[in-house]
Amino acid sequence: MSASRNRELLALVPVALLLTLGFAAVFAQNDSQLTNLSLSYGLYFLAICLATHIYIRIRLPDADPYLFPLMALLTAIGLVMLYRLDSETGNELARDQANWFVIGLILFAAVIHFLKDYSVLERYRYTIALISLGLLLAPRVPLIGSQVNGAYLGIKLGPIAFQPAELAKIGIVVFLASYLNEHRELLVVGARRILGITFPPLKHLGPLLVVWGAAMFMLIFIRDLGSSLMFFAAFLALIYVATGRLSFVIIGMGMFLAGAWVIYQTVPHVTDRVDIWLDPYQDPSGAGYQVLQSMFAMADGGLFGEGFAQAMVVIPGTEAPLLPAAQTDLIYTLITSELGLFGGCAIIALYLLIAARGFKTALIANDGFSKLLATGLTAVFAIQAFVIIGGVTRVIPLTGVTLPLVSYGGSSILANFILLALLLLISNKARREAREGI
Amino acid sequence: MNDRIVKLFAFIAVSFAVLVGFTSNWTVFDAQNLKNERVNKRPLFNAQKIERGRILAADGTVIARSVAKGSGPSLRYVRDYPEGGTYGHPIGYSFVEFGNSEFEAFHNSELIGDDNEFASIFDQIRGKDPIGNDIRTSIDPEAQQAAFDALGGQPGAVVAIEPDTGAVKALVSEPPYDPNSIPFDLGELNQDPGSPLLNRVTQGQYPPGSTFKLVTAAAALDSGAISLDDTINSPATIEVQGNPLANSDGSDYGDIDVTTALTFSVNTYFGQLGEELGTGTLEEYMTRFGFNAKPQIDLPEGQMSLSGVFDGDTLLTGEDAMDVGRLAIGQERLLATPIQMAEVAATIANGGTLMKPRIWSEVLDADGRSIKTMDPEKQSDVISEETAAQLTEAMTDVVNEGTGTAAALSGVNVAGKTGTAEVPDAERCDGLPNQAWFVGFAPADDPQIAVAATVECTSGQGGTVAAPIAAAVMQALLDE
Repeated sequence: MSASRNRELLALVPVALLLTLGFAAVFAQNDSQLTNLSLSYGLYFLAICLATHIYIRIRLPDADPYLFPLMALLTAIGLVMLYRLDSETGNELARDQANWFVIGLILFAAVIHFLKDYSVLERYRYTIALISLGLLLAPRVPLIGSQVNGAYLGIKLGPIAFQPAELAKIGIVVFLASYLNEHRELLVVGARRILGITFPPLKHLGPLLVVWGAAMFMLIFIRDLGSSLMFFAAFLALIYVATGRLSFVIIGMGMFLAGAWVIYQTVPHVTDRVDIWLDPYQDPSGAGYQVLQSMFAMADGGLFGEGFAQAMVVIPGTEAPLLPAAQTDLIYTLITSELGLFGGCAIIALYLLIAARGFKTALIANDGFSKLLATGLTAVFAIQAFVIIGGVTRVIPLTGVTLPLVSYGGSSILANFILLALLLLISNKARREAREGI
Repeated sequence: MNDRIVKLFAFIAVSFAVLVGFTSNWTVFDAQNLKNERVNKRPLFNAQKIERGRILAADGTVIARSVAKGSGPSLRYVRDYPEGGTYGHPIGYSFVEFGNSEFEAFHNSELIGDDNEFASIFDQIRGKDPIGNDIRTSIDPEAQQAAFDALGGQPGAVVAIEPDTGAVKALVSEPPYDPNSIPFDLGELNQDPGSPLLNRVTQGQYPPGSTFKLVTAAAALDSGAISLDDTINSPATIEVQGNPLANSDGSDYGDIDVTTALTFSVNTYFGQLGEELGTGTLEEYMTRFGFNAKPQIDLPEGQMSLSGVFDGDTLLTGEDAMDVGRLAIGQERLLATPIQMAEVAATIANGGTLMKPRIWSEVLDADGRSIKTMDPEKQSDVISEETAAQLTEAMTDVVNEGTGTAAALSGVNVAGKTGTAEVPDAERCDGLPNQAWFVGFAPADDPQIAVAATVECTSGQGGTVAAPIAAAVMQALLDE
């Protein structure tokens, strides 16, 4: 269906244009000469996107035309914001991120090449689940694990730092989609009502308890509130879509909250995070600093923002951060501070559009596994965006997950382009079948 | 399954709407509260982005200016005071971390250009930071320097006012401080036993001694209690409220009029005159001269002190019991600021009308265009022109043949009054017992400048220590 591909191509043009404009704006802000460098950045970006587009055109001619341009747009916004930060700090985060973007697209192409028939994933689901859990545990392994702000989020192998939770989220979604697709009838049929609440049958509850346990485990040992929340919410979303039983979701939520409550009482790192969320002013220059500065920076943004590259990121005249982790955790704050409420809403709208296209893919998919996989991948992507945006806007406690595709971070970029590859594979199959009238 | 996928999407859409709601709250609805939050330093840093206007002396000498540091988003302006300590008082300082003081604080909105409403809205649309206005003061650099030179490092204060406009020509407090040092030494300056951060002109409260006899004489003549020809028998010692009160030179003056009494600063004359006037009349005239209220100069209220009769920190009123005989000679727990005593001299010099003292004279926009100029403002009608003329006559005698001869200038008639009071807390002054005063104006027949000079912790007298300082400042101003 070349009409789809043409739409994709057309949609990529404004993305490249936006990137060019953004880089040009950073140049202009710094009173540097407006060289053709910004223009060439835009051209490189467009060329890479075009190459990807041609690859999609050949390999997945029927895939959803909007998903790739939307994700490329988020990446472009991230690159521009990082470039804007670099201009102030002298780092080269934008260049790193651009490299990761290229590697991410190569990985994207590889996944499409080797997983044309993604149903093979179902065969290896337990292997995938084990590898994912292993990845999640890796940060606690001595020598390679590393602790950041009290949470064990990353592993370090020589010069390469990696956040395994980013990859694990895909593996776990694959496992859950496959498992729930096979067992959803049993979960519903064998269910019994106790005290007016429908409970799933005990023997099928095992794997679900494993997921709950894994989430709790992550809270206790990895101390990663954000990832834990993200995984469990995606899990509940899948349970709901698979079984149609809201009661399962409520039970799951209850279990999560109960577990989280106990952990809140006992694990100091989690206690701190939650207390700071409830009252950041109790420690305004310490634990509450990041979320308070996030709110203050947004207050400066107003409706239209302070202007591009105008927000204060460091305390003027020093190198002390005024927006700690502006390139990762607080990148949404930075965007809101500079582009205002409208800029922030635009970012949220982009994630909502991607969610819409993802769920649309799930709707038109013909088999249960494809439906659940598309739902799960889309949900985990959207929930991740919610967890970090919610964190910096104090809807929920602030945690260290990345804003997908926008935040600085190689693992995040790679994982999300794998996620995109899978979504496009599902979409291609579903739309081809629809076109061929199957 | 499809209906559930749609419901899940709806749920996620609602969750995202919550994010939009919270973002709206922080960016718009609650933004003002967040900006006012004490721990939020962003408004302060933003204030640093504004190029605060310069403060100029009367002749255009730059007293305060803003220097750009950094560039791009980290561009900020830091205050620089090229003249150092010479104008530390009354200009004060302005640093983001330490706040604003004195003139910098009082005129903050003009200096940051906040009052240019139209300009600032326009600038905001263009995303441009507002530019502040310059302010020209009436302070004369030569008079300011002359005051420092004349004080010669003695702790004290000098203030010179143009009587008919209220324009402040010199304002010096010794020891001075360099506003450039505030970011580094504020703590130390606060601890300094010499109190360099205290503007002695507006905050220093001192017993005014015999300079206050001007107020007593003004009240007596203006209220009609006495006329110029009336005399009072003034022996060497009298008894006031059960305690003996003596003339400082121990002389018995016999029957004298008010002019003679002022010329030789006769305590026994004014002690009796005060008892005759009573606290009510005296208080009324004090209030007209500006006592019992903060000076109406363009400096922050919080950095000024009252003049009046105090019981500890409490200001007493005419209803409170007090020894009016001793009040009449400037004792009895009476404390006055140098600016207040300068206002007394300026009122007499200006024919009985007190003008509000003003440090600023003109506001200029960034392009040097005048936005507004100072209009002299009357503070109060204190005494009649006739009374003022009679007092001027007597004050001229003080300088020509009385206690204030050291204030005389060649070729110019100077009017004045000396004062020597005992310092209330002698141990602070290492046993140096006196607070020396001179207040006056010149030329006596056409007053151009009124001065108050005071030296704390001295063994000298008003006539020997303070009068020459006042003379030097008046000379510097009249020479121009």
